Amino acid sequence: MGMNDLEDFRESVGESGPVAVVGGRTHWTVGGNPTDDTRLVSAPVGIDSFDPSEMTVSVKAGTTLKDLNEELSRYRQEVCLEGSSETTVGGALMIGTDGIRRNLIGSVRETLLQAEYVDAKGKLIKAGGPTVKNVTGYDLCRLLVGSLGTLGLVGRVILRTRPQSEKSVWLQGGLQPEEARHVCFQPSSLLWNGKETFIQLEGYGIDVDSEVLKLKNLGYEEMGTKCPISIPRFRHKFVNGMCLDGGIVDVYSSILYKSTEAAEPQHSNEVVRLGNKVRTMFDPSGRLNPGRDPYRAGP
Amino acid sequence: MNRSRQGDQLFRELCRDIGADRVHRDGASQLLYSRDGSAFPGGIPGVVCFPETTQHVVDCIKAANRHDRSFVPRGAGTGLAGGAVPCDAPLVISTTKMNSILEVNYEKRFAWVEPGVVNLDLTKSLTGTGFHFAPDPSSQQSCTIGGNVANNSGGPHCLAYGVTNAHILAIEVVLPDGTLVELGDVDGHASGYDLRGVFVGGEGTLGIATRIAVKLTPDPPEICTLLLDFMDVADAAKTVSAIIASGIVPAAIEMMDKRIVNVVEEFVKVGYPTDAAAVLIIEVDGLPKGVKIEVERIQSISLEHGARSVRVASSDEEREQIWKGRKSAFGAVAQIQPGYYLHDTVIPRTKLVEVLEAVYEIANRYELIVMNVFHAGDGNLHPLLVFDPQVPGIMERVLAAGEEIVQVSLDAGGVLSGEHGIGLEKKRFMEKLFSEEDLAAQKLLKDAFDPDGRANPFKVLPSGASCGEVNHLNQLPDGAWV
Ligand SMILES: Cc1cc2nc3c(=O)[nH]c(=O)nc-3n(C[C@H](O)[C@H](O)[C@H](O)COP(=O)(O)OP(=O)(O)OC[C@H]3O[C@@H](n4cnc5c(N)ncnc54)[C@H](O)[C@@H]3O)c2cc1C
Ligand SMILES: Cc1cc2nc3c(=O)[nH]c(=O)nc-3n(C[C@H](O)[C@H](O)[C@H](O)COP(=O)(O)OP(=O)(O)OC[C@H]3O[C@@H](n4cnc5c(N)ncnc54)[C@H](O)[C@@H]3O)c2cc1C
Repeated sequence: MGMNDLEDFRESVGESGPVAVVGGRTHWTVGGNPTDDTRLVSAPVGIDSFDPSEMTVSVKAGTTLKDLNEELSRYRQEVCLEGSSETTVGGALMIGTDGIRRNLIGSVRETLLQAEYVDAKGKLIKAGGPTVKNVTGYDLCRLLVGSLGTLGLVGRVILRTRPQSEKSVWLQGGLQPEEARHVCFQPSSLLWNGKETFIQLEGYGIDVDSEVLKLKNLGYEEMGTKCPISIPRFRHKFVNGMCLDGGIVDVYSSILYKSTEAAEPQHSNEVVRLGNKVRTMFDPSGRLNPGRDPYRAGP
Repeated sequence: MNRSRQGDQLFRELCRDIGADRVHRDGASQLLYSRDGSAFPGGIPGVVCFPETTQHVVDCIKAANRHDRSFVPRGAGTGLAGGAVPCDAPLVISTTKMNSILEVNYEKRFAWVEPGVVNLDLTKSLTGTGFHFAPDPSSQQSCTIGGNVANNSGGPHCLAYGVTNAHILAIEVVLPDGTLVELGDVDGHASGYDLRGVFVGGEGTLGIATRIAVKLTPDPPEICTLLLDFMDVADAAKTVSAIIASGIVPAAIEMMDKRIVNVVEEFVKVGYPTDAAAVLIIEVDGLPKGVKIEVERIQSISLEHGARSVRVASSDEEREQIWKGRKSAFGAVAQIQPGYYLHDTVIPRTKLVEVLEAVYEIANRYELIVMNVFHAGDGNLHPLLVFDPQVPGIMERVLAAGEEIVQVSLDAGGVLSGEHGIGLEKKRFMEKLFSEEDLAAQKLLKDAFDPDGRANPFKVLPSGASCGEVNHLNQLPDGAWV
């Protein structure tokens, strides 16, 4: 693909009529479905540049996470986005939810450094900047992450990368969350199924080994590099004392993963009013992803 | 009604609403609050208010609305971009008296604080709990959390831990129309638009923060600080890139060049090598064995790249000594020359060598002294132009050199500011980085929060009338330190 990808993308979005980008469709219904008359376009694909010593990558939004991570892992780096094999970079950013490793790798919101998006008028806009540190003007990238494509349609982004951990291992054992969270320094994940806790440790092999030993002495069992339990797809806000109902709790971020959809979240009227004002400013005619509403998406 | 009678009425209403002892308009306060840590002479604040509760802030903003006045939020006034400078006789709303730590929750790792809490006071109050607040601006002895939030401030340890935005979970905000909202939530994943994320770094132009939920970061079990010295600045810069390229992200990588090392050494005597062209302060933290591995790797990388010596701090005292020099840098400079202009740009960290060379060349050409003390690990340059403001014509040279420094940073693929913000200082450069349409998109955000343009007007975006037209902002005053 050539340099014109972004321009082609801009043209495909056009200047009028309801439109949305379709990514891997893995989270298509989050925040509601787009109206039937919405035209679906695809974001361009491809990695533009990756400089391992800069720890940033410039990638088009339609690229799958799988392809991106394959390239990054050649240099033992990764991005803080997770998903299945169809997930696109743009989709993961527009959904914007953090994965279970947030405690170690940080939030998706910290990952997006620069975005080039097509706005409601069909113009190509650049937000943010290419460097890892930047406070030049209002940070519209913050606004785009989690916006479900309602403020702009993203064509290309610059993401922060991070070094892959040398070693990663899961353990399973009987401590309850409030005890388990204090045993190790910064586990990458801590999950709880109501009976047992599942801890993922990452870092230098030699450090991980000594933390593993600590946990083994507390009766934990090593479970390999893959998460030993399957995590249901719907995210609910977890409050202490809540019935897990077969779900799995991400202890550090208080998310309960369940196989049933969450009730619509509650927001204060003032916050929703402000958010909707932002949306109307960015998209006065309501053509970007009509029907979708970030305030109807779960946590 | 004329402006001054209107002002009397506003003053009376403020005294009635928040209490007369919290409202000032005497000459001394007006002078004191007419500027911040930058050189901008600013205007005269209309009235200076010291709210002590969220309701007081609401009352102040409502009064401003009733009288069609703008308002300027203010913390400790250490900002370096003119963010807290009042331009059109606004209400200056200082949140410094809202300085309580309201709640600390170790289990869920957050604390609710008021915006006037001083950064270092928060850190001190957490000492010994096993947690800390990661952002540590060099001004941490005086700057407030509210100012940190508004400027999305950084500090040496933000390399690995991230700048302020990564450490703010939720914010209670009084919007410019007086509405109270809570943005974000303490679990860090409120759905809907991330309005918390854009408020941070909003430079006080989107409303006033009245309560802030900060994230508590666990103290690392092991910390190791290294002092590296080089006979060539370029070798030091290459070492920085090489460390990052090797997959190590230290907690901090700070660089100081020969001039600043000498000034600091004269001032505090911490044992920096005064004959070196540059020193690097590197800190790594984490679990003990990983720290050991990283220290060894950093030692060998730096020796490969021309380090003359590598000193590994062997005690807490030695570690503190090494940091003390870095943290005293600005105080030390103030001792030698009455004026300095501290710049703040970011470049790709792989471009450090060429941009530093260009910075020295620019300073030489304008016959100015430049010192470099900066966050090298994330490419955040702080060229410090030191001068005597009494010398005729020097201001023109300082400003022209500054403009060129900004330009070489942009040419290298960099950005205008890494932590000080745009404020008044860099508005005029915004068009160098963003197109008209890009800036219009940013304006949409401002308009959604502040349709009447009441909150901290004339800042950040270049559009519209400028405070400069009112106050001749491009001129540095005599004796100013910037
Ligand atoms: C096993 C699994 C684990 C996961 N774990 C994580 C995790 O740890 N962290 C995480 O962040 N997510 C996680 N997810 C969510 C995953 O990232 C989603 O699949 C992703 O967010 C959606 O990507 P998609 O390409 O399928 O988007 P789609 O479902 O096609 O679209 C989602 C939304 O984004 C919009 N959109 C897509 N691309 C663009 C674009 N370029 N511009 C504007 N709008 C666009 C669409 O219009 C739609 O509103 C996980 C998913 C799976 C299946
Ligand atoms: C010697 C020195 C060293 C410095 N080192 C660093 C450094 O290492 N890293 C760094 O990032 N900065 C540094 N700075 C700059 C400055 O200290 C920071 O920007 C700091 O966060 C400002 O805090 P303050 O309380 O002084 O805010 P002020 O200067 O009072 O205000 C700064 C901005 O915040 C807004 N504001 C203040 N309070 C609120 C509130 N409650 N709600 C909404 N908006 C508000 C103001 O309107 C203004 O736009 C340094 C400054 C000095 C003088």
